Amino acid sequence: MSAEHKKPRYMLVWGGLALLTAIEVGTAFVVRSALSGFGISEDTMTMLIIVILIGLAIWKAMLVALYFMHLKWETRALKWLAAAPLLPATIMIVVVLMEYV
Amino acid sequence: MATHSAQAARFEQTSFAVGDKKLGMWVFLASEVMFFTGLIGSYIILRWGASSSWPAPNEVLNVPITAANTFLLICSSVAMVKAFAAIEEGNQKGLKLWLLATIVMGASFVGVQAYEYIELVHHGFTPASGLYGSTFYAMTGFHGFHVTMGVLCMIWVLGKAMRGHYTQENHQGVEVIGLYWHFVDLVWILLFTIVYLI
Repeated sequence: MSAEHKKPRYMLVWGGLALLTAIEVGTAFVVRSALSGFGISEDTMTMLIIVILIGLAIWKAMLVALYFMHLKWETRALKWLAAAPLLPATIMIVVVLMEYV
Repeated sequence: MATHSAQAARFEQTSFAVGDKKLGMWVFLASEVMFFTGLIGSYIILRWGASSSWPAPNEVLNVPITAANTFLLICSSVAMVKAFAAIEEGNQKGLKLWLLATIVMGASFVGVQAYEYIELVHHGFTPASGLYGSTFYAMTGFHGFHVTMGVLCMIWVLGKAMRGHYTQENHQGVEVIGLYWHFVDLVWILLFTIVYLI
């Protein structure tokens, strides 16, 4: 594999994951009090925090899949195989969420 | 370059262009995605379908300790990928050391989780503590089981590495356990956010 592509900078990815984790924990606990003076409703605030947290988590998951699992350098067929379950998984989660959002 | 073309020629004949064990692991991981999606889907239904009595996670759970544990699992993933990078260069010593580091960090993750469970049960939060208790222990428990299995498999791989089983040319076993390990890390990244932060 390494013969075909430049070696990924694993420590850089590690730093990114550490930073994103810190931001996540910070978001969960700091954003609510930091934005409390702006007159944002409680429901909007909760929704905003959830969207930010899920976005950060997906970003981290992508870093792990692309760099640590080397998906970035795999063949097109294997990328499709890896992505295949995401379609039914997304449908399932979206359908479930539609009940409550 | 000659090797590259030889590989390219071989790749044309197979649809996925990867080794059988690696392909098998990816198919297995695809099924694992659906397994954890089922758990997360149930959690969404049970939590948002429940009345407003669902407590905020940080009122019940120890978020700082688990955040540190999450970081530990991420570090173990880095150690795993370093082990793989080592054997790709034919570095046997590096392979063994990084595998050992991965095992130690993985086992520590399970240890911290066991400590967390003991503390929670001590405070009266058990799998029988309503929907929150059962969903919490089902999701984190199944993940902890995956980590435990990963650690056991990795001890096996380390044993084979000690006997010089893996070489620069043939190390599919290291790559395959690595894929599983990173997947378990990836799932935890999502579970930590969903169970502990939201």
